[in-house]
Amino acid sequence: MKDLPDSQERTVALKGLGTSRKRVEDARFTQGKGNYVDDIKLPGMLFGDFVRSPHAHARVKAIHTEAAMKVPGVLAVITARDLEPLGLHWMPTLAGDKQMVLADGKVLFQGQEVAFVVATDRYAAADGIEAVEVEYEDLPVVTDPFKALEPDAPVLREDLAGKTEGAHGPRRHHNHIFTWEQGDREATEQVIAEADVVAEEMIYYHRTHPCPLEPCGCVAQMDKVNGKLTIWGTFQAPHAIRTVVSLISGIEEHNIRIVSPDIGGGFGNKVGAYPGYICSAVASIVTGKPVKWVEDRMDNLMTTAFARDYWMKGRIAATKEGKITGLWCHVTADHGGFDACADPTKFPAGFFNICTGSYDIPTAFLSVDGVYTNKAPGGVAYRCSFRVTEAAYFIERMIEILAIELGMDAAELRRINFIKAEQFPYHSALGWEYDSGDYHTAWDKALAAVDYAGLRREQAERVDAFRRGETRKLLGIGLTHFTEIVGAGPVKNCDILGLGMFDSCEIRIHPTGSAIARLGTISQGQGHATTFAQILASEIGLPADSITVEEGDTDTAPYGLGTYGSRSTPVAGAATAMAGRKIRAKAQMIAAYLLEVHDDDLEWDVDRFAVKGDPERFKTMKEIAFAAYNQAIPGLEPGLEAVSYYDPPNMTYPFGAYVCVMEIDVDTGQTEIRQFYALDDCGTRINPMIIEGQVHGGLTEALAIAMGQEIAYDEMGNVKTGTLMDFFVPTAVETPHYTTDHTVTPSPHHPIGAKGVGESPNVGGVPAFSNAVHDAFRAFGLRQSHMPHDHWRVWKIASGLGLHG
Amino acid sequence: MIPARFDYHRPGDIAAALAILGEHGDEARVIAGGHSLIPMMKLRMTDLAHLVDLQDIAELRDIAVEGGTVRLGAMVTQHDLIASAELAQAAPLVREAALQIADPQVRYCGTVGGNVANGDPGNDMPGLMQCLGATFHLVGPGGERTVAARDYYEAAYMTAREDDEILTAITFAVPSGGYAYEKQKRKIGDYATAACAALVTMEGGRCTQASIAMTNLSDVPVWSEAAVQALVGTGCEADAIGAAVEAARADIDPTEDNRGPVDFKRHVAGVMIRRAIERAVSRA
Repeated sequence: MKDLPDSQERTVALKGLGTSRKRVEDARFTQGKGNYVDDIKLPGMLFGDFVRSPHAHARVKAIHTEAAMKVPGVLAVITARDLEPLGLHWMPTLAGDKQMVLADGKVLFQGQEVAFVVATDRYAAADGIEAVEVEYEDLPVVTDPFKALEPDAPVLREDLAGKTEGAHGPRRHHNHIFTWEQGDREATEQVIAEADVVAEEMIYYHRTHPCPLEPCGCVAQMDKVNGKLTIWGTFQAPHAIRTVVSLISGIEEHNIRIVSPDIGGGFGNKVGAYPGYICSAVASIVTGKPVKWVEDRMDNLMTTAFARDYWMKGRIAATKEGKITGLWCHVTADHGGFDACADPTKFPAGFFNICTGSYDIPTAFLSVDGVYTNKAPGGVAYRCSFRVTEAAYFIERMIEILAIELGMDAAELRRINFIKAEQFPYHSALGWEYDSGDYHTAWDKALAAVDYAGLRREQAERVDAFRRGETRKLLGIGLTHFTEIVGAGPVKNCDILGLGMFDSCEIRIHPTGSAIARLGTISQGQGHATTFAQILASEIGLPADSITVEEGDTDTAPYGLGTYGSRSTPVAGAATAMAGRKIRAKAQMIAAYLLEVHDDDLEWDVDRFAVKGDPERFKTMKEIAFAAYNQAIPGLEPGLEAVSYYDPPNMTYPFGAYVCVMEIDVDTGQTEIRQFYALDDCGTRINPMIIEGQVHGGLTEALAIAMGQEIAYDEMGNVKTGTLMDFFVPTAVETPHYTTDHTVTPSPHHPIGAKGVGESPNVGGVPAFSNAVHDAFRAFGLRQSHMPHDHWRVWKIASGLGLHG
Repeated sequence: MIPARFDYHRPGDIAAALAILGEHGDEARVIAGGHSLIPMMKLRMTDLAHLVDLQDIAELRDIAVEGGTVRLGAMVTQHDLIASAELAQAAPLVREAALQIADPQVRYCGTVGGNVANGDPGNDMPGLMQCLGATFHLVGPGGERTVAARDYYEAAYMTAREDDEILTAITFAVPSGGYAYEKQKRKIGDYATAACAALVTMEGGRCTQASIAMTNLSDVPVWSEAAVQALVGTGCEADAIGAAVEAARADIDPTEDNRGPVDFKRHVAGVMIRRAIERAVSRA
């Protein structure tokens, strides 16, 4: 018989799946010993920085660089005219559009890169920038996507004149980028026409920004002796960047090395390619010296990848009992001056067609119009899978509005429309196959945990007290049940610039029974070095503490599409498990040889192969590892290595149930989160402590977005929120306490059943906070008020409802 | 975010500092905590050839309470204001207000002198000093002169201080009665959406003295004499407080910014003024 306590002890010693293992990364981060891009200092390194446009739309008449060239330390001022002979004055975007690297005749948004000043240090570069004189001629500015589509709107993209076909089909207007349609228009319109009840509303998810702690930057070094270009940069997808650099520069791919060192948060901001990368590389090629470019905070907020800016017009139809029969949605998507969205190529609006959410909606239709405006380009997935947070916010607001229309409790309306556990795998009306879920169980658990009925009673009493003049505070109960779609994705329909969205892991077991695993992803704080070692520990029976995880160097790591869209665990995590299984398969053959039995006579026991029925005869993985390097085993190659490229058969669909309880002062518009309960179901849980940390961080970003964070423009296209004074990033003081909880519904198609969690709290958190604000005013007639819910906008709701007497 | 080239001076006494100012005129500026000046320089909105750092001048760092008068050296930090037991005893309003400025890191560097001298309408101390009826001490080539806090502010960043003068100290009489500083802000580190300092003295159920001043509700701090008149002589009943709030609100002139439009600010100002007066009365 197996010795169970011994087996449990050995399992614990591995620190594998399900262990709250401390993050191995934190030793260096908490001691200030991380190695970020700006920590890289190379001999002779130069510094480059941009002259940026103060105008949102202007013709560039002339650029005078003579005075700048006289500034001590300034070596070069690069303009579009210098890049043009190299074909690098424009670059392709991930969305099939192209973008100016440096202003080519005009500028399209405030902060756009106009010239690149290269100097001996960043102080000289700053002086040089001030000395560059640019002559501009103002052009009419359009910051409203609806106005941009009017017939007489100014032409923003003169380079596209006469082009009626874009990367995603026909363009019907000079500022129109694409129209993307999903679902059945005719059937949906019919369902809406015949419905008992239809709720219609415009839901705006405002423009915001991922604002990682570390902004974007790079160091480019062209080694003229061996012809190799190395770029250290803040890249969420280093391998894809290498391929893109090769394609646009003509440098052979083996002569390009991309390294992502420690990255201080990405949240989608560091997926795309920016002019700074191109200009630094060109400057290094020209000067033969390493060139660094690092954004400051204002550059980051004003110019590199924003998120959201979706105007979502919705109609939701239901029977009078509350069964939803159809959903119609039209999105006007503001993409800014260039279409630089970071989405899989065939999905110009990302996975927004997950907008039927957690609900069994039989009929649906979605259309999205992408529009150019005089704002910064971007449209990245800010801590969410592509446009999933927009979709979740849309459906979770529409459900609340339908509940108002029906006079129903919003929790009950959700319950009667959830996809049932037995319906999985579930085919949604907009084309997805949900892998697994048990929404009713999660929902009931969440409502019980917060005493939902008790909260509603308290709220009703509060409304009465308010009406009697006994209090000036209202109570909001914000509900959300979200379903995410993450883990892009199956190569059959997911690619970026033609690169399939698989991912990879390569494992080498060392003779003494430790290992290194390299992956195609790159951690930006997620803790990959901790969690991927845990996956492997459970698969190959070596302690997680004996496994090094390395990512981010394209010369050593296997090819992969990087880390964003919660894809690391679903895709690279699966590759890790599959590579581990290859290791174990070979280990089994080695063990069989050593124990002189047939492979089939062995069974796996935590960290060893034992002879079936004779557990005293075994070989541990440590012993097997050594044997792989010192035994001549007939029919087997020496060594113990494996590589797996994993093409996921489907996306994964994490979900969760969140409840936010909020106090609102109607006189000042101030809000206070009294309670926040977050139940997440991310399938198999690899490291509960890291999951909790991810949920706390994502909820805090969601709080920021819902309650104050925005990139706002005035009518002239000036950014009004370009510093952290006005762009809300919560401190510990503004951050409430969170209660986390979970259910576990494994993904049936993932090797270990894991679904990914990093982005769930942002996706589910935003509607939970926003619904709490709306819910507080429901009794007084509020239907919809756009985010962010900062003090004055909340005050405006109260004022509009006549609550100020 | 990199300032233009400048020369850095670090004099050891006021005379030396004045000499540098005298030599360079409006090319030179003194720096205390630097929280206003350094960002302006980094944004290249202020271009200075000479920066005169006052941090080595020891005599500017004292807090003294003597003979019913409080004297704060210009280089006393917000943190010092909070940490001083003597000051907390003599003028708890100052501590209450200082605790609502920014965050601990900022308060370790930010000084009371820099806060009042600069004329930034967002700063809290100017309104507070108007409420306290403080006196600012300015030292220039001709010696020292004093200006009442209520006369010091002319417009945003425009004050009674001459380019060749240094604000060295603030004095005010130890206040009596109840006090409160009420401030609404969007987040830690932000300037006030609206803020109000209130002092109320009650004797035998009657208000005998009051002072009401407001922050970031005009291009200068606002001390409201009308609000004082509405309170003095009353029992500070609801009607009297309501009249004081309306009087104070009539004296403000807020402008729209990212915190919100004018109607919102006027409303929130009313709430802050009311809360400040009510709390001061409750402590009187």
